[in-house]
Amino acid sequence: MRADPADYELAAPGTLEKVLALFADGPGTWLPIAGGTDVMVLYSAGKLPARKLVNIGDLRELRRIEVTLSEVRIGAGCTYTDLRQHSIIVNEFPLLARAAEWTGGIANQNRGTLGGNVANASPAGDSLPVLLVYDADLILVSVRGERRIPYRTFHTGYKKTLLAPDELIHSICISRNLKGYISYAKKVGARDAQAISKVFLAAMARISNATIEDVRLAAGSVGPIPIRLIGTELALAGRAIDNSLLETAGKVMAQEIQPINDIRSTAGYRSVVLRNLLGEFLQGLPGARIDS
Amino acid sequence: MSLLPAPAKQEISFTVNGAPRTIHAFPMARLLDVLREALDLTGTKEGCSEGECGSCSILLDGVLVNSCLIPALQATGSNIVTIEGLANDDHLHPLQKAFLECGAAQCGICTPGMILAAVRLLEKTPKPSIEEIREGLSGNLCRCTGYLQIFEAVEKASRNEVAD
Repeated sequence: MRADPADYELAAPGTLEKVLALFADGPGTWLPIAGGTDVMVLYSAGKLPARKLVNIGDLRELRRIEVTLSEVRIGAGCTYTDLRQHSIIVNEFPLLARAAEWTGGIANQNRGTLGGNVANASPAGDSLPVLLVYDADLILVSVRGERRIPYRTFHTGYKKTLLAPDELIHSICISRNLKGYISYAKKVGARDAQAISKVFLAAMARISNATIEDVRLAAGSVGPIPIRLIGTELALAGRAIDNSLLETAGKVMAQEIQPINDIRSTAGYRSVVLRNLLGEFLQGLPGARIDS
Repeated sequence: MSLLPAPAKQEISFTVNGAPRTIHAFPMARLLDVLREALDLTGTKEGCSEGECGSCSILLDGVLVNSCLIPALQATGSNIVTIEGLANDDHLHPLQKAFLECGAAQCGICTPGMILAAVRLLEKTPKPSIEEIREGLSGNLCRCTGYLQIFEAVEKASRNEVAD
């Protein structure tokens, strides 16, 4: 059943301060809407549980990308198009620019926001594994003040997050100290645009003397939340890159993920493809001795 | 929890195809429905209602968007261009002519959105490569033509090869 707009309220306070005051008055009763690319889909289908929405799409405070010597601070209201057009993001954080490019089509990239992708907490959000390998922090705000938390702690279960009922995601911070890392990301979906991922792997590694000095791996669509593959990282660290390493790491990875069968794919397909992506990433590293 | 008064219709003003318009609508009414029903601009089509097909594409402040995903209130003060805003009296837009000449429309549901996506693409990239055309239109699905005539029409318009 299509939703009846007469049943829904949409407040437009216009400033961050006023939005947070509204949240403080009735914590958990207001659903923020920015670009609408997630919220309006549920709404159109008559499946949006919230009846009171608040517009945050017009908050200038959330639409900035601040660059300091040590980090970039991306306002939660920045769109995928904003990310694709920002030269520092394109040059220093290419995985984020590519994830933005793989999200939806042009029209959705013009409206969908990075903060929305994080808040929506879908295990298939394309920017999320990328934020995990970049070790991003989130700045959350409320009338009580702001707090900065590591993004890897944010998702606590399927669609469950650390966001308090009176809080809003303000910005996403990524350290610029990524020199010497080789990065990799691949989305596997039905088509490039407008397709939700069946499997997503983001990875970064620093290589020294043909061994893996440091490595970060994160996967999407293979469990209830986007996950950092910590066990697999430990299995790879300090090792030479060869077939036996891929075999060992692949086994650890299989233990770390919880893929399911759903409308987009099967658990078996997802496991095999993710392992293949790990192989492709390792094979591309300097000094790798892996047969294809 | 306090009982709040039921949401009321509001006056919402914006510019559509160059003319200032004020409508009386619920703030969560979809911009797509407002355009089609309140303003009788039925050139904007409804396809999937979930931002996947691009049939409802319009230009909002010069940016390509899916009007099915926009609450009317969010369009307050904006400048909207729909397919009806492209032709100048009886003079079709070059992209509209190119679509006609190349047979790039069949059932017509995707056509308005496809043309608006192409308008935006050519504004940003006047001489797009075939890859850029494919990417620029990748959010607009067509189930009749197989896309080739559409890409051809955009290329033709970009080369200014459309007859006057």
